[in-house]
Amino acid sequence: MFSLVNHLLGTKTFAHGVHPPECKDETRGLAIHQFPFAPLLVVPLSQHIGKPAEAVVDEGAEVVRGQVLATADGFMSVAIHAPATGVIRRIALTPGIKGKMELAFFLEPYTASTQEVLEGKSLEAATATPEQIIDAIQAAGVVGLGGAGFPTHAKLKIPAGKSVDTLIINGAECEPYLTTDHRVMLEHADEVMIGIPYLLKATGADRAIIAVEDNKRDAAEVLRAALPQGLPVTVEVLPVKYPQGAEKMLITALLGREIPSGGLPLDSGAVCVNVGTTAELGHLLPRGMGLYERIITLGGPGIKKKGNYRIPIGTTLRYILDYVGVEDDLSTVVMGGPMMGAAASSLDIPITKGSTGVIAMTERQTGRMIDRKEYPCIHCGSCLDACPLFLNPSQLGLLAKNGRYQAMADDLHLMDCFECGCCTFACPSHIPLVQRFRVAKQAVRQTRRPAG
Amino acid sequence: MKPFSPTSHSLAKTLTIRMSPHVGATASVDRIMFNVVLALVPVCGYAIYAFGIAAILVLATAVASCVLTEHVLCRISGKDTTIGDWSAVITGLLYGLILPPSLPLWMVAAGGVLAIGVGKFLFGGLGYNPFNPSLVGRAILQATFPSAMTTWLSAPEARFQSIPSSSVAFPLMKPVYDGVTAATPLSQWKFSQVPTDTGQLFLGTVPGSTGETCAALILLGGAYLIARRMMSWRIPVSILVTVAVLSGLLHLIDPQRYAGPLFMLLSGGLMLGAVFMATDMVSSPITHAGRVLYGMLIGTLTVVIRVWGGVPEGIMYAILIGNAVAPHLDNWIQPRLYGAKNLKAETGATG
Repeated sequence: MFSLVNHLLGTKTFAHGVHPPECKDETRGLAIHQFPFAPLLVVPLSQHIGKPAEAVVDEGAEVVRGQVLATADGFMSVAIHAPATGVIRRIALTPGIKGKMELAFFLEPYTASTQEVLEGKSLEAATATPEQIIDAIQAAGVVGLGGAGFPTHAKLKIPAGKSVDTLIINGAECEPYLTTDHRVMLEHADEVMIGIPYLLKATGADRAIIAVEDNKRDAAEVLRAALPQGLPVTVEVLPVKYPQGAEKMLITALLGREIPSGGLPLDSGAVCVNVGTTAELGHLLPRGMGLYERIITLGGPGIKKKGNYRIPIGTTLRYILDYVGVEDDLSTVVMGGPMMGAAASSLDIPITKGSTGVIAMTERQTGRMIDRKEYPCIHCGSCLDACPLFLNPSQLGLLAKNGRYQAMADDLHLMDCFECGCCTFACPSHIPLVQRFRVAKQAVRQTRRPAG
Repeated sequence: MKPFSPTSHSLAKTLTIRMSPHVGATASVDRIMFNVVLALVPVCGYAIYAFGIAAILVLATAVASCVLTEHVLCRISGKDTTIGDWSAVITGLLYGLILPPSLPLWMVAAGGVLAIGVGKFLFGGLGYNPFNPSLVGRAILQATFPSAMTTWLSAPEARFQSIPSSSVAFPLMKPVYDGVTAATPLSQWKFSQVPTDTGQLFLGTVPGSTGETCAALILLGGAYLIARRMMSWRIPVSILVTVAVLSGLLHLIDPQRYAGPLFMLLSGGLMLGAVFMATDMVSSPITHAGRVLYGMLIGTLTVVIRVWGGVPEGIMYAILIGNAVAPHLDNWIQPRLYGAKNLKAETGATG
């Protein structure tokens, strides 16, 4: 009924979801600035989903900005490039945002260097084959810059027997505080338009849709003005709602299709690529360069010099916060947006290709979340009305509390949950639902592993 | 391999680590409950206007007994008191609103203690009660004091001047009623086929329980909660539609024997029950489809009891039966999973 009503009204959106406070006003108007080089950059070998890259330089090696430090190890892996000209001091363990220690290059930039970026072989979208484009994207080390860190080339490779008709360029940026995609669309619309033909060619899609949320109308205008002649691209403005930026939700909103449970976007004939990733491809591929820096929003009440910065990969949180200045009652540093981002356990954690933002929370704010009293579930149904996948978080929550993880997966589709956090956000009883589901999913994965 | 720590900066901070989401909505249980109390204020106001001091005494005793019981039981079981979440106040108000205004106060208090003690606390408190506690309290009184529970005072002129003698009746003694007792519109229809003007019913100028008489104010309160998304509109709408359709059909068959839909909708406790009792979140189903079915069941049972049952009003039993069925509805009905319709077409793609 919901989709029918929306269809009749001509509104493109998805069912359920929530409306967190947007908190984008403080940084949306600030142009992207180049961030300085930290005295030491920590570049992990694994910044993507899949196998870590294989190091091709040793400790003590002198490297040039943009030079390959590590190459892809298999298909589900991408290359790593040097974020600065300098010397590799160590290859050692460093704390990662996922809570584990990870192997990383410790790169000391040369202060006297001009930091010119190494260029490689240029690839033209018009002349390249789909295979060449996919290989070039893998070699450029590009992963989804919207936060997931999924290797972009792996998304673009359409298996035999499947086909894709629509390429969706994701500019929804539905997470509160984050404004990087907004700024990219405003400042680098030309690079977005250069990037799209590569993606169209690689996937074989007939058309591309750039999806922008209603709170970024100015970006939609700029994109429309930048549309080149003959490129089958449209710009769609969608009503603001979280989690619109999730692939499933965006495809449903734009095309009215549902991705099958357990399936991939291409099972419904669409591929989603983040707009920041597209702009980056439009910048890197014609120059034959690799990904060595990314645009990040530094925001939240704990940060003094808020803004959108182009930051070298491997800059540690400590350096970033030191540079922009923090309030005295800083308490939690979130990497990514506040709905799905992870809280950093150490300031020595470096930003990686998947970091969309660094959001610093103050004690007042975190205290408000921590001090909230947890009530028993009153069956109000808010979580059911919030869950974009139509799960039953209330019942899942009760099972999770009793440790019945297998029943959650078998009967109530636990593994479909992509942890958007809408249920926890909406719950008036303040029950940490999604937090319990993460634990449950991990437990289910661990019991499945020996068998599979 | 040992970690290599870059210690060139001076920022020293203790970080608080939490799992996302790091922001939350402003919704909270106590806020929802408080708004239900707000929505009940006009209903209570009218009850006091219509029945005078008697209504004040019944409502005050009901709320006080419920809140006190909850507080004392929490303390006895060594827990923090839960009266701050306003749910005991709602139970007390609703319980008071469905009692006859002339009911002896000791009965009111006894029923209030049982409503919270048996109806709520015995099952584990807020969130765990399978039945609406205020209806549990009323059902116990109905079974224990059938005569006192069906004696209705017609609103006297001097309602603000004196305390009715039945209110202050000594415990366990037969209450003495002063003034005229009257029949409710439902029993007038059931036992003597006398209809009541629907305009009077809508505005509440008829005998009945303390707060059930004015349909207009009840609907106003319900509309407020629905507008603030603190109540499911599906439950009251499906109850009222079911009652209207069923009684309309019966009325078409034999207008002399069966009352019309408007009379059925506006008389007795149906409005209060459909808007404020059946919608109790804890004791009603959680899915949309479940809520509609639950409403249809309650509507059907209400009509069946009213038309063919031995008592004039059936909403209380209908809701209590609906409460008993609600957990089963929750077990049977699950929301349709996103992407599930294509599941059979795809094979082997499970993560």
